[in-house]
Amino acid sequence: MLPGGHLLSVLIFFPAVGALALLLLRGDDHKYIRIIALIVSLAEFLFSLLMIRAVPVGRTGYHLEEYARWIDQPPIHYHLGVDGISLFLVILTTFLTPISILASWKSIEHRVKEFFVMLLVLELGVVGVFLSLDLFLFFLFWEVMLIPMAFLIGIWGHERRVYAAVKFVLYTMAGSILMLVGIIWLYNATGTFDLPTVEALLHTPLSQGGLELPPRTEMLLFLAFFLAFAIKVPLFPLHTWLPDAHVEAPTAGSVMLAGVLLKMGTYGMIRFSLPLFPEASRRAARWVAALAIIGIIYGALVAMVQPNLKKLVAYSSVSHLGFVVLGIFAFHNISMQGAVYQMLAHGISTGTLFLLVGMLHDRRHTFEINEYGGLATPMPKLAAFFLFVALSSLGLPMLNGFVGEYLVLLGTYQRHWGWASWAALGVILSACYLLWSYQRVFFGEITQEKNRILPDVSPREKWILATMAIVTLWMGMGSTFITARTAAAAQSVIEAVEPQRPYEAATPASAAPQAKLDSPGAAKAISSERLGIR
Amino acid sequence: MLPRTIDVYRVLPELVWCGFGVLAVLMQPFVRSRNFFTFLALIGTLAGTAASISAAMRAGPGFDGLVQSDSFSFFFRLLVGTVAFLVVLAAGPYLERERLPFAEFYALLLFATAGMGVLASAQELLTAFIGLEMSSISSYILAGYRRDSLKSTESAMKYFLLGSFATAFFLYGIALVYGSSGTTMLTKMGSEELFHSKLFELGLAMILVGLGFKVAAAPFQVWTPDVYEGAPTPVTALFSAGPKAAAFALLLRIFATVPAATHFWFWAFWGLAALTMFAGNLGALVQTNVKRLLAYSSIAHAGYILVAFAAVTSMARDGSAEAAPAYAAVLFYLLSYALVKLGAFTIVSQLGGTGEKNLSLDDYAGLSQRQPFVAAALSVYLLSLLGLPVTAGFFGKFYIFKAAVKSHLLWLAVLMAVNSIIGAYYYLRVIVVMYMRESSAEVKSAAPVGFPLTVNFVLAFTVVGTLYFGLFPNRVLNFILQPALFGR
Repeated sequence: MLPGGHLLSVLIFFPAVGALALLLLRGDDHKYIRIIALIVSLAEFLFSLLMIRAVPVGRTGYHLEEYARWIDQPPIHYHLGVDGISLFLVILTTFLTPISILASWKSIEHRVKEFFVMLLVLELGVVGVFLSLDLFLFFLFWEVMLIPMAFLIGIWGHERRVYAAVKFVLYTMAGSILMLVGIIWLYNATGTFDLPTVEALLHTPLSQGGLELPPRTEMLLFLAFFLAFAIKVPLFPLHTWLPDAHVEAPTAGSVMLAGVLLKMGTYGMIRFSLPLFPEASRRAARWVAALAIIGIIYGALVAMVQPNLKKLVAYSSVSHLGFVVLGIFAFHNISMQGAVYQMLAHGISTGTLFLLVGMLHDRRHTFEINEYGGLATPMPKLAAFFLFVALSSLGLPMLNGFVGEYLVLLGTYQRHWGWASWAALGVILSACYLLWSYQRVFFGEITQEKNRILPDVSPREKWILATMAIVTLWMGMGSTFITARTAAAAQSVIEAVEPQRPYEAATPASAAPQAKLDSPGAAKAISSERLGIR
Repeated sequence: MLPRTIDVYRVLPELVWCGFGVLAVLMQPFVRSRNFFTFLALIGTLAGTAASISAAMRAGPGFDGLVQSDSFSFFFRLLVGTVAFLVVLAAGPYLERERLPFAEFYALLLFATAGMGVLASAQELLTAFIGLEMSSISSYILAGYRRDSLKSTESAMKYFLLGSFATAFFLYGIALVYGSSGTTMLTKMGSEELFHSKLFELGLAMILVGLGFKVAAAPFQVWTPDVYEGAPTPVTALFSAGPKAAAFALLLRIFATVPAATHFWFWAFWGLAALTMFAGNLGALVQTNVKRLLAYSSIAHAGYILVAFAAVTSMARDGSAEAAPAYAAVLFYLLSYALVKLGAFTIVSQLGGTGEKNLSLDDYAGLSQRQPFVAAALSVYLLSLLGLPVTAGFFGKFYIFKAAVKSHLLWLAVLMAVNSIIGAYYYLRVIVVMYMRESSAEVKSAAPVGFPLTVNFVLAFTVVGTLYFGLFPNRVLNFILQPALFGR
């Protein structure tokens, strides 16, 4: 058993140890490199599962906290912690990493050692981002994870990889450097980088020794942080780096990018933008929501006309992440939980879509939809998996995509029915572009002779896809496991933004009283009730 | 009056550096062995650096306050001494390859180091002038050390002409300051009436111009790319790390000692900083020669450091708070910057090949495949220049940001942020070329460039230093932030 006190540190630095071990191996021992990378990432996944026990259902606040002095001047500390929201994002990260490694088993033949080192370093950075409770530490991991991702795109990507990698880094840096200025401003005002302390200070009235930001300052700070997150998400109109990065990245890169990196942006909004700058968040909410809705519809429309299959999936991400942002800025418990759920579901289903597109590319070396057609005949299994995932992505009930989108729409509807009705268009459009592209790729006559002899999924691919499919199904049916743990954390974020508002009922039908919030039963009740509606 | 023993101790490092320099020149006719001189220079630089410890243990003003041996001068002596030591290590293989004489090179290097030491510890303007001249004149010769190369000669000529022009400004400034205040001692310039003396202000402005030239601040930066490109690369490494740090040290001492609480200073530094950042970064964007690119980048970094100066003067103007964090930002930045530039230029020097032919960005294509460790080291330097976490450069930039925000220079901080992003583009371009492009066929077939042990030591030292200070800046910071930094 691990020393419980250092589980989070182990989670962050175990991939680094693995990466170092890989560096010491000989570069041409491809087989061992792959096996070691896989073992490291699987062990990391198991470690991350240990966190679940430590995060009790229905309790707010951070758990498994670690605190150590690091730098005295200014006081920067090594402060980690996990709550209901970050818990599953970390698990998603550690789950997708071994999947990415398995997916790259055959397709990466060139500079193998560096590839897996980069993947593990990326995992380190992302896990660090989700677990940091110190503004400075958060920023540090946020920047650290840029480099491995840029290398993954730039070295192992497709034709325009260098352009895409540089664009990705510059976009992200442009946002994050302003966030750094914002972080330093906050430090000068509060004298600390510690997130819980800063948050507490900002929520204490001036008379009691707290800090009240003037509205204009608060708005500027909000924007400094929000810009960094919005670029990462990406929110329309800052999304232009995403299609390039996705299309050019290798399969594993796309999976990690779509699966977890985009979630760092939405996570940042939940963890930083809303609790730290509630007033500015409220004032900006309608504009953010407008951009999110534009993103939902625009992303879906662009996806619909894409001749390139991978770009189609990339634009579908813009659309799906729009739901997440909308759910966050609706300031409703249900929509907030929906946003978190959608983050996880999108990670799984879009990740799988990228895996499938990657498998097609491995066989035919093209992403053009025109090149395919009628693939269901030579590869029925792959076609079946693709259909399954496409359905989950477009939000078929019983599969994971439905839960997130539904919760977001439900929660948003109760606050702003207009927003929800526009956003609902996205659900319809996503069905259009996914099914239409599915039809063009897998059904109909085989137009290209080459496609007739394509091999179906190999055993390795089958295992990857089956795992993903099981998770998809489980998340679609057993969602209470997750919502029960995110409920309290989501509610505490809502209360930070709108303290004056009483706790809202889970559904319009039954008003769960405030007192029940702290009990695990309340959270379960929310979810089961929602399941009942479905 | 004879100097007291304690005075001698307080300038011991400079004496040691000078002494070994003279020794090298004297031995030159008698000793053939090149390694002997390298060895001598190594001992000399090390001994001088060690002497700075003994000087620091006997802290206090020397020679009736002409020099000051305090923690501040200790920091800079240690810095320039280490820089000189590493340059000697890196220069040996270079001189061997280019068939250049050893003894004079090391002698000049030691003299230049001594000059920088004087600059960093001077507390009187004429002493500072002597230090400036010592380091400058040696630098002019070093820049033209490859006599048979047109570029090197051009570099020396340019440096000399413009440099002496700037020194004249500096001297004229000293005259004006003396005329208005009646003293050249920095510690005695605190009187009230000087605050309103236009003559005094003009004098300080002239000094600023002179030093602005040395640190390559825009609009006095035009010489930098040509001189850096033409000079032998180990000398370029020295230029970008040593004299710059020493000149900034003097500038900082002037503004820390002389109350300069006027609007003029604040806006002067504000403008210089903004202009320098843009001049450096925009210039670097279009470079295809790595040496030139790094030269422009060093202009840009001078601009970042000037942001901290703007913060210092802004605090002085508002009469607010401790300026210590802003000083700390300057010192830490110079440290991180010196390590990085030294390492980067050493790599450039080694990869350049005989006659420094392979300096273009295309020569670096696919370097990660041919020489993975060199490419990794260069990437660490570039990422540090870019200001990415886990490198010293990140903390350097962070502290400057912090100083700027603290003194309400939000717009300057934003300009610096914009510049960091412009900078990111060209640093990344080098990394992209090294890692994401294939090397040409002829380079592939050639044997990899050899990296002798000494050069590898320099690289290891600078990489470890960059990462160490990027993870644990505590030690240095606690040292810099001690209240007795300027021995007052």
